Amino acid sequence: MPAFDVHAAALVAVIAAVTALLRFLPFAVFGGGRPTPRFVLYLAQVLPCAIMAMLVVYCLRGADVLGPTHALPELLAGGAVVALQWRCKNTLLSIAAGTALYMVLVQAVFV
Amino acid sequence: MKTIQYAFARTLPVMAGYLVLGLGFGVLLQANGYGWGWALAMSVLVYAGSMQYVAVDLLGGGASLLAAALMTLTVNARHLFYGVSMVERYRDAGPAKPYLIFALTDETYSLVCSGEVPDGVDRRRYYFFVSLLDQLYWIAGSVAGALAGRALPFDTTGIDFSMTALFLVVMTDQWRAARDHRPALVGLGVSLACLAAFGPDGFLIPAMVGITLALTLLRRALQPGPAGGSAKEGDPHAGV
Repeated sequence: MPAFDVHAAALVAVIAAVTALLRFLPFAVFGGGRPTPRFVLYLAQVLPCAIMAMLVVYCLRGADVLGPTHALPELLAGGAVVALQWRCKNTLLSIAAGTALYMVLVQAVFV
Repeated sequence: MKTIQYAFARTLPVMAGYLVLGLGFGVLLQANGYGWGWALAMSVLVYAGSMQYVAVDLLGGGASLLAAALMTLTVNARHLFYGVSMVERYRDAGPAKPYLIFALTDETYSLVCSGEVPDGVDRRRYYFFVSLLDQLYWIAGSVAGALAGRALPFDTTGIDFSMTALFLVVMTDQWRAARDHRPALVGLGVSLACLAAFGPDGFLIPAMVGITLALTLLRRALQPGPAGGSAKEGDPHAGV
């Protein structure tokens, strides 16, 4: 039985607290019936798309384009996910098929 | 009773999604050395899909608390905007209101903000049961994933790509729903520039700051035509 991971527990606590703060803040600030500032409405519209693109880059930050596989597993599997989602609009299918393809590529093809 | 039945029927699509995505999260967490107790704690206390996937990464990499706070702030900033558009609807939500606010995920948001409930269904109890059922699906999926992860009869190398796939799916959906692709391109461009400048271990915080700054500076150019009324229409923020 390994020792309890205190740092991990602190990380979970921080993540939970910040998430809850973000969820409660609008109700605390705008619950009184004041109109929402235009700048907030603007960010509400443009930020989500930009952040999701950033998260994709974050996920792929370790892909080594100059390495032995030239990031081909990431490119092929990522391309499959986008193509499937574009055509079928089935989130679970796209994720499952893309992940399975990636696993096959890194385990059996680009070894 | 009718309210519970109606809420259950409406949440069925979310059940399918949450069980599978929760399962993926549990397997991933377990593969990083954190068992079902951690999955349970995170799904009860944090209850935010994409952030929990990112959290696996933060836990595995031993991130600092400040980095985790900033990451959560960015990944979950969209909840501010859900909240803003739900203030009116939840104004008279009764004693369950704090829980309703806590449990407002992307999927629950899409169920509680779409249209009115039929006759004979209590609106406030409907909100509550939708929120509760959705979280129970998510908890069940993630705990099952963490338990099953250990027993999976095959090599799980590469299963972490499920997180990349999730974000790619959301990005694809957003791209299709959006009329203006420049915000997404700003996000992509600033992130890649920061990756090149700061390297894979240090690019994230500069990217978050840079994106917010760039979007603020570009406000005049990007501001959509007719003023106002954007937070409620459609849902280009779809995600998990």
